[in-house]
Amino acid sequence: MSETNEHLKQLPLGDWHRNLGARMVPFAGYEMPVQYEGVMAEHIWTRTEAGLFDVSHMGQLQLIGEGAADALEAITPGNLSALAAGKIRYTLLLAQDGGILDDLMVTNTGHDIYLVVNGATKHDDIAYMREQLPESLTLNHMEDAALLALQGPKAATALAKLNIQPLQDGWPVPTDLYFMEAGPFLWNDIPLGISRSGYTGEDGFEISVPAEHAVAFAAALTELDEVRPIGLGARDSLRLEAGLPLYGHDMNPDILPVEANLNFALSKARREEANFAGAEQVLAQFPAKAVKKRIGLFVDGRQPIREGADVVDAEGNIIGNVTSGGFSPTLQRPIAMAYVPMALAGTGSTITVQQRKKQIMCTVADMPFVPHNYHRKPKL
Amino acid sequence: MSRYFSDEHEWIEVEGDTATVGITDYAQEQLGDIVFVETPDVGATLDQGDDAAVVESVKAASDVYAAVSGEVIEVNEALEDEPALVNSSAEEDGWFFRVTLSDKSELDDLMDAKAYKAFVDNL
Repeated sequence: MSETNEHLKQLPLGDWHRNLGARMVPFAGYEMPVQYEGVMAEHIWTRTEAGLFDVSHMGQLQLIGEGAADALEAITPGNLSALAAGKIRYTLLLAQDGGILDDLMVTNTGHDIYLVVNGATKHDDIAYMREQLPESLTLNHMEDAALLALQGPKAATALAKLNIQPLQDGWPVPTDLYFMEAGPFLWNDIPLGISRSGYTGEDGFEISVPAEHAVAFAAALTELDEVRPIGLGARDSLRLEAGLPLYGHDMNPDILPVEANLNFALSKARREEANFAGAEQVLAQFPAKAVKKRIGLFVDGRQPIREGADVVDAEGNIIGNVTSGGFSPTLQRPIAMAYVPMALAGTGSTITVQQRKKQIMCTVADMPFVPHNYHRKPKL
Repeated sequence: MSRYFSDEHEWIEVEGDTATVGITDYAQEQLGDIVFVETPDVGATLDQGDDAAVVESVKAASDVYAAVSGEVIEVNEALEDEPALVNSSAEEDGWFFRVTLSDKSELDDLMDAKAYKAFVDNL
């Protein structure tokens, strides 16, 4: 990404990161912390303790009005009209031809629909939603709110140490939430929207906090022994280990959901209704009729393969591409995500990747590479 | 023995016609945790400015350009098992390769330690 410093916007926690010694880089139009003490140490800290991530560059939106969830179904394949209050769903924003415009989290707060979309795509998403959704609905971009993610096996222990109360007496406290549940809370009379969700594969929370209180809240968390601030570098290596695709890299408008290996986001009810944008193109590939598919790779040897490297056949013809790649701090070996022809997409298939004139052997691996550690609601 | 520095953050230690090449402490600090170093082949001939090595951190790959021309006579085998040597000892044990210099006048383009420090302080 080539971004010049003059045009970079500052986020509410910008100075706080700098004071903690973060290295700041341009990202999604903002100046953001890429690392503090180092990607490896921050990654391992998050897998064993709890890491605090500033993800305030992401777009927080409220869709307000009668029938908001139903209306959103026109441009997403998620069963949003069936989403109960306090529940979250992962879904995709689809173009009219079924191409993936973004991936997002949708929460039914009980009185509106709260969306979290990617930072780099948020302005395009807002324009598309305003164009596609009925005028009776209001789409509010919550630019006065910061977003923090507290992630790791000790995230719940840490959050429980802050005196966070439910918005109303008798409602659950944050640590009562299960994975993909959300609710409204108060911390020192400051309103917080807390979701039990994240982008690391670990248990954890995503917390929306008014911008003017973001520093105080972040500082209260990092004062705890379990919590350290974590930069975007470790955020990327954590989500790669968790097998979670990154928009703009592992997904883009030329990719359809089945190709992206996101069949779980195509709910049964919506497949039967087949009335979302691009349904015809999307469902023509369901469940396994696409030509190519996003898969995980274990890379032989120690050298990582990177986004942009080619997948080649025995004759050296390009038959696919690597969309994310790096070194897994947990597994201590290189891992990657790539698009390969369906015939080669099975676990255990051997794949050849060409990078800087060198051929590197890989094996298709099941994802996640590192098991998820979510706090799921027990099955009854 | 004298040590030179390039504006691409390499150090070049010259002894007679032989130069030992590595990346500076500043460079390793910028790159972060190094997980792999691709060194050139012994016997390869490098021209000034050629891609000589690749340093891989958790997040990204960075090219190391040949600051001087010459034939590669030795590479640091220790980096294969312990690439983090570049983090812990960039300017000593974490050296990359040795070349026989083919044009010593190229050294005139490089900085000494004092000039390099001033260069880094201005970044």
